[in-house]
Amino acid sequence: MSTLAAVLADGMIYAAWLFLIAAGLTMIYGVMRILNMAHGSLYTLGAYTAASLVGAWLRGGHPPLGSFLVLGAAALLVGLVVGPIVERGLLRFTYGRDEVVLVLVTYALFLILEDLVKLVWGVESYYVTEPYGLLGTVDLGPLTYPIYSGLVVLAAIAVGLALRWGIERTRAGKLLVAVIHDREVSAALGIDVSRVFLVTFTVGTTLAALGGALTAPTVAVVPGMGVEVIVLAFAVVVIGGLGSVPGAALGAVLVGLVRSAAVHLLPQLELFSIYLVMALVLAVRPRGLFVAAEARKI
Amino acid sequence: MSDARRTALGLLAAFAVAVAAAPLLPRWALFLVAVALGRGLVALGLLLLIRTGLVSFGQGLFFAVGAYAAGTAGSRLHVGDAVALVLLGAVAAAAVAGVLGLLLARYRTIFFAMLSLAFSMIAYGLLVESPALGSTDGFNVHPATVAGVPFAGRAEAYAPYLLALAVAAAAALALDRFQRTHLGRLAPAVRENELRVEYMGASVRNVVHLNLVIAAALAGAGGAVTALAVGHIDPEMAYWTTSGEFVFVTIVAGTSSVAAPFAGAILLELLRSYAVQHAPNTWQLVMGATMLGIILALPGGLWSIFTRRRGARP
Amino acid sequence: MSAILETEGLVKRFGAVAAADGISVRVEEGTVVGLIGGNGAGKTTFLNLVTGHLAPTSGTVRFEGRDITGLPSRRITRLGICRSFQIPQVFASLTARENLLVGLGIVAMGRGAFVGSGLGGEPPEEVADRVLDRFHLAAHRDRPAGVLPEGVRKLLDVAMALSVKPRILLLDEPTSGVSADEKFALMDLVLGAIREERVTVLFVEHDMELVRTCTERVLAFHEGRVIADGPPAAVLEAPEVRRLVVGEPGLREGAC
Ligand SMILES: Nc1ncnc2c1ncn2[C@@H]1O[C@H](COP(=O)(O)OP(=O)(O)OP(=O)(O)O)[C@@H](O)[C@H]1O
Ligand SMILES: [Mg+2]
Repeated sequence: MSTLAAVLADGMIYAAWLFLIAAGLTMIYGVMRILNMAHGSLYTLGAYTAASLVGAWLRGGHPPLGSFLVLGAAALLVGLVVGPIVERGLLRFTYGRDEVVLVLVTYALFLILEDLVKLVWGVESYYVTEPYGLLGTVDLGPLTYPIYSGLVVLAAIAVGLALRWGIERTRAGKLLVAVIHDREVSAALGIDVSRVFLVTFTVGTTLAALGGALTAPTVAVVPGMGVEVIVLAFAVVVIGGLGSVPGAALGAVLVGLVRSAAVHLLPQLELFSIYLVMALVLAVRPRGLFVAAEARKI
Repeated sequence: MSDARRTALGLLAAFAVAVAAAPLLPRWALFLVAVALGRGLVALGLLLLIRTGLVSFGQGLFFAVGAYAAGTAGSRLHVGDAVALVLLGAVAAAAVAGVLGLLLARYRTIFFAMLSLAFSMIAYGLLVESPALGSTDGFNVHPATVAGVPFAGRAEAYAPYLLALAVAAAAALALDRFQRTHLGRLAPAVRENELRVEYMGASVRNVVHLNLVIAAALAGAGGAVTALAVGHIDPEMAYWTTSGEFVFVTIVAGTSSVAAPFAGAILLELLRSYAVQHAPNTWQLVMGATMLGIILALPGGLWSIFTRRRGARP
Repeated sequence: MSAILETEGLVKRFGAVAAADGISVRVEEGTVVGLIGGNGAGKTTFLNLVTGHLAPTSGTVRFEGRDITGLPSRRITRLGICRSFQIPQVFASLTARENLLVGLGIVAMGRGAFVGSGLGGEPPEEVADRVLDRFHLAAHRDRPAGVLPEGVRKLLDVAMALSVKPRILLLDEPTSGVSADEKFALMDLVLGAIREERVTVLFVEHDMELVRTCTERVLAFHEGRVIADGPPAAVLEAPEVRRLVVGEPGLREGAC
């Protein structure tokens, strides 16, 4: 019984983290048809920025509880600075190219960002565990959980709801849906597609950075910490269907639960459990759960 | 003179020059070229995949399988002969690709790229979790022999160099020949128009599967050569960033000739050995910028090969 | 005469649309049959069903008496049913000659040869050159198919289908994309080449003059059904055909 509870609780915590790192990736793909291999580097940037800013905040003698806001601000900062620079300065020159070429472009970007992080922050580890310890723990029956993990879950839920609301209820969301549906027709109708792309990439970057910022207090912030993130995020995203935000949520929950079940029951299978789910889903639905294959006219 | 002839003569000439140059080269250069050619073999396989219209971000998997197969056979089964070990590496990697290809051959474009990446990360996880294979540290490879002569003393530097040269030349020649057969000609046809290939009577999936297996065999041979040259293997070989480097080499070198991947690999190793000493933290930055430059500066040439014509909408 | 191709009650539904709604036809060996019908009548769908690109919702396809329903298109091609496409399907970055060599190579491999032709036949390269000559494509031999003008690509598409020596050839609007005054010359060329090979031909065509002069039998489709079947003169004069197919040339223009 307690194992089941632990599987569920750990699963949801992990799922929340996965959703945070996957939401931006799937959104950028859905709108821009770019599978961003540099997503993990944006996550790393978020973590470093958060570590630096929270460190400065605390050294400055500001109220420690404020560091949660600083985490969010760090993500926003990365999103608003790096997002537009990358989109305007690089990606915009590649629109319309084959999707595989875009993968190569973002892979090159990944290489560049990985070294930029090292040039700015050096190769030492950073620790900002204060926000993590600040909230203390809570007992759920026999299990003890840090309240910080609950915060991450809330953040993921908030992000999910905000994206949903933004896409379904706002004017910008309607434009987004139009662009997803048909880029050329949208442009012909007078929608400023390049602006939609700019906003999308900035939001996606912010989300990646938020994932990193919220992770920073729980780990050592080191170069290369985001290198594996792209693989996990891809696994999550592909299960739901590339480009679908609800799909990413479903994929995150599925992967989160399966992995936590593996951790508790068959620890050797931890890593494979994730890819196993992915391989099984792909074997049955080659384009993921939420995306239908399209026929071609001849 | 036919194209096939010219390529063959060119490869043989390059091989002869490289062999003749061996006594003139310093030890570090012999080592560097051997390692580079091992990696160039993987890039050669990628070249075949790219000509088929596929980019794999998981060739590290087959590279590692080849290396681990050769390494294990050397230390556990006491297989000493380097050529046998290289063949073993190729066969082991081909066998793995034969199985994974059942799933992989159904995918294209980014799905293929990412699925191959995911498979290589599974292999990485497996290797890290296998104490028998040295977990994260990997293990040292037994020195092999070439024609009964051990890789030791004076031969220690020359043997891997000559082995790598011979394998690379043979592989490039064989691949060039293969691409001129009826079967080999189907690779670009699949890249261009799968529907028409099926309508001419061939199975696209089988063509893709076969090319996957060949590319994997080349990567496996490359892994074995690298293992024997370096004398050590570890799970890092399967990590996706290793695969990314192979993609880098193949793209930067171009896909017009079977010699290009080797030239690209040697150049990369030279730059790397320079960068490790002088600029360890800007090495990837330079790689990334180079790659971007090539992609953005050559929109037509190299890149048009990725543009699958899907047929205009009616 | 025996039927080389026979379909029975072929139905194909796309959601609410029945693109084929019970098509039963027999094509006799050695004939040249025209297939007409307005936009969306189901002509291409019919070819897709016969060649295995689409699986029918119900009904059967028989080739030389053998049930081939549901076989993949590569198997059907190897049995001897080849087709050309409304939108030419070529290998854009390969030269015209290499385009032909793909199919010829597959045939050679079927005979167990990985280079050369197998069984001492003519080398594929020579066959390719001969086919290019026959279709007046020799001038384009070494140009990438992607840069050829639409009409030339259309011709190459047909040449590819014919080069692998089918028993029956299905052509989907071979003259679309070709200017009106070149249509007849092109069709003469195609039919001339085909006659030499003694292949059965079924071709989709919007130009009624061409249908009248080039075919010995015409099938008229409307909304997935056969509404007329017989000699060209009779079919083209049938009131229903005049009303639903021939009568409204304005509607046809956007067809290709
Ligand atoms: N893959 C598909 N999915 C959905 N509907 C389809 C598909 N293919 C064809 N249809 C529909 O089936 C009907 C018949 O189409 P088809 O292409 O067979 O017509 P056609 O006679 O070849 O017309 P045209 O002269 O324009 O080429 C049309 O309504 C078309 O929209
Ligand atoms: Mg049609």
